[in-house]
Amino acid sequence: MPSDGLQLLRFMKPAPFKYHRVSSLPEATSLLASLDNARILAGGQSLMPMMNLRYVMVDHLIDLNEALDLAGIRIDENRAHIGAMTRQRDILSSPELVARSPIFAEALQQVGHIQTRNRGTLGGSLCHLDPAAELAGLMTLHDATLTLSKQNAERRVSMDEFAMGYMTPCTEPDEILTSISFEPWPAGHGFDFREFSRRHGDFAIVGVATLLTVDADGRIDRIACVLIGTDYKPVRLNEVETNLRGKKPSEDIFRAAGETARNIDMLEDALIPESYRKQLAAVLLRRSLQSASEKAVRTRNV
Amino acid sequence: MSDPDLHEVSLIVNGIEYSETVESRWSLADFLRQKLGLTGTHLGCEHGVCGACTVLLEGQTVRSCLTLAVQANRKSIETVEGLAPSPTELNTLQQAFWENHGLQCGFCTPGILMTLTEFLRDNPDPSEADVREALSGNICRCTGYQGIVAAALDAAAKMRADSS
Repeated sequence: MPSDGLQLLRFMKPAPFKYHRVSSLPEATSLLASLDNARILAGGQSLMPMMNLRYVMVDHLIDLNEALDLAGIRIDENRAHIGAMTRQRDILSSPELVARSPIFAEALQQVGHIQTRNRGTLGGSLCHLDPAAELAGLMTLHDATLTLSKQNAERRVSMDEFAMGYMTPCTEPDEILTSISFEPWPAGHGFDFREFSRRHGDFAIVGVATLLTVDADGRIDRIACVLIGTDYKPVRLNEVETNLRGKKPSEDIFRAAGETARNIDMLEDALIPESYRKQLAAVLLRRSLQSASEKAVRTRNV
Repeated sequence: MSDPDLHEVSLIVNGIEYSETVESRWSLADFLRQKLGLTGTHLGCEHGVCGACTVLLEGQTVRSCLTLAVQANRKSIETVEGLAPSPTELNTLQQAFWENHGLQCGFCTPGILMTLTEFLRDNPDPSEADVREALSGNICRCTGYQGIVAAALDAAAKMRADSS
């Protein structure tokens, strides 16, 4: 016991737990398989507040921060691979990734603040699965594949399968999200990420992400749109995409597309009524489509 | 109650090496304040919102209330106590806060100084908008931020002049 009883009292924030530092994924999965009520500690920017407030009490905390095999960004011929322990700061400042998929820089600037991005990780954000999480939205936007690992086995799921319910990923108790991969869009694609929150860095009330390309005729030939903050998981706007494919970008069609967002059921909470989320979604979607198409047309005409 | 989960850590704080025993649930902030007596790092919300507890961990700002002391093992930490060149002098950033009314009650100041220490190191010539965005993770309830932003821009200009 620490010698000073008073000190012990002052130091109490989270409930007691046993701390395990691991240096590799195999070490983490074997430990996770052998312990009851264990949680993975990634960047700690969501789990630590919940532990400090005692919303979450764990018996064992497995710290992945020294598991360097889980961090890093690699881009091969047609896929980008990002380790789950890659910090948000390192995604934002990866010249290689941002050159291929510039929407990552636009979105990551909206994730928390410098201090939280310095610690916060991709995997931590995806597993926490806040409905307004920008990174989860980017996974849905890119049809990303998520890799879940346990002792001697791994499986791959889509973001849609991963998000089972409100803040509930599909990971089994002995599984760890280890990496994600996706195919970057072709060079020169149009992109836009925007969100509305009460203050910069706060959780978004609604956010929209758009990728699109235009063909030689100036018609939209490929498009992906996602809403965040409106449901328990990112919402892919398949209908909007289908309606816009083959069309020439114009203010009118984007306004009409934005209006269709009002037909989607959205979350309602103590602060934000559903009608306000719908209003924001309609406006943000219109602006996002407009901005992404302008970028796509500009690069076409260069 | 079961025995506390204790770990040996050694770390460098403001250039001084410490070896201590910590309980796994101690935050880095509590450890710095209570165990090492470095009470310059302040605790406001203790769940990562206010930014008062910001310190540098391996040269990067972190919320010390969301970092465990045990995670600082073999790492280097800088706190507000490490900024001034001597007990009677302020560094350029601190002096700029003094001259531009960058603080009133001073509670948030340690966290803001550490945030700006990293920010101005990485962005020597920021715009006012850049400074305001950099400060978005630190809450001040006195100043309305005007004096803080002025101090940051003033410090940046003086640091650029000093290094040229």
